Amino acid sequence: MATQNTRTLARLMMAPSVVVLLIWMAVPLAMTLYYSFQNYNLLTPMNVSFAGFFNYQYFYTDPAFFQSIWNTLVLVVGVLAITVIGGTAIALLIDQPIFGQGIVRILVISPFFVMPPVAALIWKNMIMHPGYGVFADIAKFFGFQPIDWFAQFPLFSVIIIVAWQWLPFATLILLTALQSLDSEQREAAEMDGANFFNRFIYLTIPHLSRAVTVVILIQTIFLLGIYAEILVTTNGGPGYASTNLTFLIYRTARLGYDVGGGAAGGIIAVVLANIVAFFLMRAVGKNLDK
Amino acid sequence: MTLKTFLLGACSAVAFIATTASAETLTIATVNNGDMVRMQGLTSEFTKANPDIQVNWVTLEENVLRERVTTDIAANGGQYDIVTIGNYEVPIWAKQKWLLPLDGLGDKYDMNDLLPAIRGGLSVDGKLYAAPFYGESAMIMYRKDLFDKAGLKMPDSPTWEFIGDAARKITDRANDVSGICLRGKAGWGENMAFISALTNSFGGRWFDEKWKPQFDQPEWKASLKFYADLMKDAGPAGASSNGFNENLTLFQQGKCGMWIDATVAASFVSNPKDSKVADKVGYAIFPSKEGVNNHGNWLWSWNLAVPASSKKAEAAEKFISWATSKEYTALVASKEGWANVPPGTRTSLYKNADYQKAAAFAAPTLAAMDAADITKPTVKPVPYTGGQFVAIPEFQALGTTVGQLFSAVIAGQSTVDDALAAAQATATRDMTRAGYIK
Repeated sequence: MATQNTRTLARLMMAPSVVVLLIWMAVPLAMTLYYSFQNYNLLTPMNVSFAGFFNYQYFYTDPAFFQSIWNTLVLVVGVLAITVIGGTAIALLIDQPIFGQGIVRILVISPFFVMPPVAALIWKNMIMHPGYGVFADIAKFFGFQPIDWFAQFPLFSVIIIVAWQWLPFATLILLTALQSLDSEQREAAEMDGANFFNRFIYLTIPHLSRAVTVVILIQTIFLLGIYAEILVTTNGGPGYASTNLTFLIYRTARLGYDVGGGAAGGIIAVVLANIVAFFLMRAVGKNLDK
Repeated sequence: MTLKTFLLGACSAVAFIATTASAETLTIATVNNGDMVRMQGLTSEFTKANPDIQVNWVTLEENVLRERVTTDIAANGGQYDIVTIGNYEVPIWAKQKWLLPLDGLGDKYDMNDLLPAIRGGLSVDGKLYAAPFYGESAMIMYRKDLFDKAGLKMPDSPTWEFIGDAARKITDRANDVSGICLRGKAGWGENMAFISALTNSFGGRWFDEKWKPQFDQPEWKASLKFYADLMKDAGPAGASSNGFNENLTLFQQGKCGMWIDATVAASFVSNPKDSKVADKVGYAIFPSKEGVNNHGNWLWSWNLAVPASSKKAEAAEKFISWATSKEYTALVASKEGWANVPPGTRTSLYKNADYQKAAAFAAPTLAAMDAADITKPTVKPVPYTGGQFVAIPEFQALGTTVGQLFSAVIAGQSTVDDALAAAQATATRDMTRAGYIK
């Protein structure tokens, strides 16, 4: 048991890292907050002035604003659905004793090692391209007109690419969870006459629920800020069809060189992400307390 | 410290400063286009003649270059001694005092040899702020064999009506040949370059004299509808993601009957090493609309300029003078052949018999460049300069947003009317914020 002294010492020793972390977080946030109230455009840097809430109003009334929030949610939910369901299925498969299990497992998790822009480039030019892509070749082989994925289903295409990248993560977490399932429990259920589906529903799924929670929490954090895949493939278009909140901020700040507007967008995004996190923690985070 | 050691020390310090000053290193930011990469390869010729100057290259893709250079210059970062910028940026940046005027290019430079349209676009108050490395306008490149097969003949001054009919006639979906390939990828320098030039030739304009956006006018409706219909009937698959490079590949592979784009493309499509159709390409001037006497007025150049933050202006101007001189052109010609010299900047090049012989596209290129007038891009009066762009700082963001809206039309995600209404709304909003509309 720690004495008063050791506790004080521990606090003192932790203090530097806490201060560094605080600065690490606080300074950029404070600067973003500051610039969000300034009229500051890089192209006319001499005309900096106080803007009040105008930047916020400007960002919020952007014609793409509501669609970008909707797209952000669709992206997160879509990718989560695919990765959780697909991840469970693949985890169940590669948990079976099969020939070449080690190699199969490495292959399954390998997409996770590909950097997002590279993955997006490959999907764009070699797989989904309506002229040269693999999908187009398949379509032509069966006598169909190739689909122009990024023009006709832009958001769906981005979801596919992102899901492909995050599937290994979900699979890996779920596979470790599966392997921690007590085999005696499984055998007992089997002896009691439970078939595969019953075992899956009444034993495996409850057992996986905590792992699924972890997957959902971690992925949501990353998926709210998807950017590289959109930049490389659709550039937020056609129209605003695949513009998410991150991309809208990029467009404002970097394409328009509008630092004030971009900062305001950043603050709005932080607030919205915290709302999502709050509900997420309440809805699924409960699982972690058990 | 005795006086002697002090003097010795002072002398060596002066000597040290003198030697570092005599070997200056220029940092040059440039775009990864073929002509610039070639210039990089030939740099040793420059450093041989100027042993006191070293050159350090930063070569980037166009969008990245623009972002980095703009940020550096706007924040007065001083990373670069020479930057490669377009004629869109030059007048805007010169007015912001971000560039140094180029008055030390030397007596041999022959400034009067620069094409008037190009030189005008790079000057503010009569002073040159950037030296053109290569320049371009836009024209039609078409397949003579496909035209013959369809019984068509390209007129001297084609109209859009003719181009539309011809494109639909040539289209051969079974053999994967599209009648016409045009830019569809969103971006102010991508699809909006073409669409703005097209609309100029339809008599439309971006803004009226009071900076009110004009997307609600009949000219825009006519031009955008023409473009969207044409792309649907005779364009390639995936048109909404095709830019200059994608269309270049398609044309080189024989998959386009026509392509209307930058004149610099001519040397690529007529190069037998890369192009399957090299010997079948014909050239014609940018189309106009029946009853509207205006061709596209597309004018672009990539130029070298010295940021005001550079402390090595003298050496920088020396390099610029070398890279944009007649001697440099002759150097490229001697190493790579006349067809590969940077085009579109000097009158003397187009008078050169060797060049005319080596480049079948020389005469149509010059005609296209001479036809361009960025001070009068369209028949109605405008408050801005620029042919396929509007030379105001806000245009980059606005042009790209509008480009997105229009690319949605050919992707089949939006109608012409909806896209124009959205463009009108967003342009009005942006122009009001920037203070143009009171």
